[in-house]
Amino acid sequence: MAKRSIVPFGPQHPVLPEPVHLDLVLEDEVVVEAVPSIGFVHRGLEKLVETKDFKEYVYIAERVCGICSFGHGLGYCQTVEKIMNVEVPPRARYLRTIWMEMSRVHSHLLWLGLLADAMGFESLFMESWKLREKILDMFDATTGGRVIFSVNCIGGVLKDMDDAMLKAITDTCAEMEKELKPIARAFLRDLTVGSRLHGLGVLSAEQANLMGAVGPMLRASGVAYDTRLLGYAAYDELELEPVTAAEGDSFARCEVRIKEIGQSFDLIRQAAAKIPAGPIAVPVKGFPQGEYFTRIEQPRGEAIYYVKANGTKFIDRFRLRTPTTSNIPPMLDMLKGCQLADVPLLILTIDPCISCTER
Amino acid sequence: MKKLAKSPWLLHYDASSCNGCDIEVLACTTPKYDIERFGIINTGDPFQADILLITGGVNSQCEQVVKQLYEQMPNPKVVVAVGICACTGGVFKDCYNIKGGIDTVIPVDVYVPGCAARPQAIIDGVVKALEILEEKRQGYREHAGKGES
Repeated sequence: MAKRSIVPFGPQHPVLPEPVHLDLVLEDEVVVEAVPSIGFVHRGLEKLVETKDFKEYVYIAERVCGICSFGHGLGYCQTVEKIMNVEVPPRARYLRTIWMEMSRVHSHLLWLGLLADAMGFESLFMESWKLREKILDMFDATTGGRVIFSVNCIGGVLKDMDDAMLKAITDTCAEMEKELKPIARAFLRDLTVGSRLHGLGVLSAEQANLMGAVGPMLRASGVAYDTRLLGYAAYDELELEPVTAAEGDSFARCEVRIKEIGQSFDLIRQAAAKIPAGPIAVPVKGFPQGEYFTRIEQPRGEAIYYVKANGTKFIDRFRLRTPTTSNIPPMLDMLKGCQLADVPLLILTIDPCISCTER
Repeated sequence: MKKLAKSPWLLHYDASSCNGCDIEVLACTTPKYDIERFGIINTGDPFQADILLITGGVNSQCEQVVKQLYEQMPNPKVVVAVGICACTGGVFKDCYNIKGGIDTVIPVDVYVPGCAARPQAIIDGVVKALEILEEKRQGYREHAGKGES
């Protein structure tokens, strides 16, 4: 048996925008085991719910993570609305859907850029992020923020979009769809990129289910599971087919995410065409009492929100299970047997969001 | 700003931020905002960095990492606290795990407010940091000159 050595990876590492630490147990160049240690971004946001007004906490929920910010606000609001039996106006549900899908586009493009950067493909990173700026501009125009939006509130949304704005969004989507093509070609057809991604970190459908993988990671292993099919917000009125790939390797994960960007453009178009007129929020009176679970599909996968309220303005317990939490066990499994040089790439293919995970 | 004598390299670390400012820091290096036009390169190595861009309110676990990164950087160096959490603790100020502001752990030269800090503000902060870096470098040079004579 070759001699074992331990290589520390992180918390500060060039490919990681966020700190996570792994102890990699190596035999020569091959990883035998990966032992994670987390807590570098833990802030204790779930505890904060006890000292903040439940309406005010929407802003804290959004700040669980800067990339998935809209989704977290949405998940929290939906849960509290269910407890309080608040009927959200249809227009607000459609607006939420549009923003949610825009978030997905921005998150997936961000991930594509980081993936290219991890491979050392600098120009592809720049191209992906250049394209991402367009969707951020639309966020800026509709909500006034680029990454933190604060447009969700209990009972609806705070800002409306007029017809001109909706048209601008669909036009931008059409434009971005065109510009995405050369980027997608580079990821899916380029030999160099292919040689790094094909056959790397294969996760079978059985294993993915067993380990509890969610989101694009699960769908890339051939399981057609998408929480959006539950029909929250306006998803029940839109046509949606989960994107899957069969291979379960890193390339499949990349492919699924690229196709999901196209799917999001399609959903935005559908929502913009169907959006009904009407109010964007209903007034909410009283305090929540009771408990409820909600599931939504974040860009990284299924996220679960739990709220237990006691009839005062402070909520007893808020629990959030984020997609990265459930994607870490399959990642550790994939790391076993891979080369040391592939570790950064493999970690990136699960699209880790550490600040979600640690809250 | 006077002309730059050197190309300063930049190190970015997320000290328990929400990610919002971090992706904005990265966005600064991409074509639309492009801080590379000041000769800046985003490096991952503290030993080669001149400017530390740091986000978040610092929790007890990453405190040691922040200190270590700061000590590993060669002199002269400047620290830019990006985002309101890095300045004061921001919305996370009341969290049990947050120390509240980078300046509770290491000295900070430039504060960039905002939640999340906009790329324009970050660029402004970095340019201010460049001036401070130049001043510090001048100080070191004079100090070294006296030593020789």
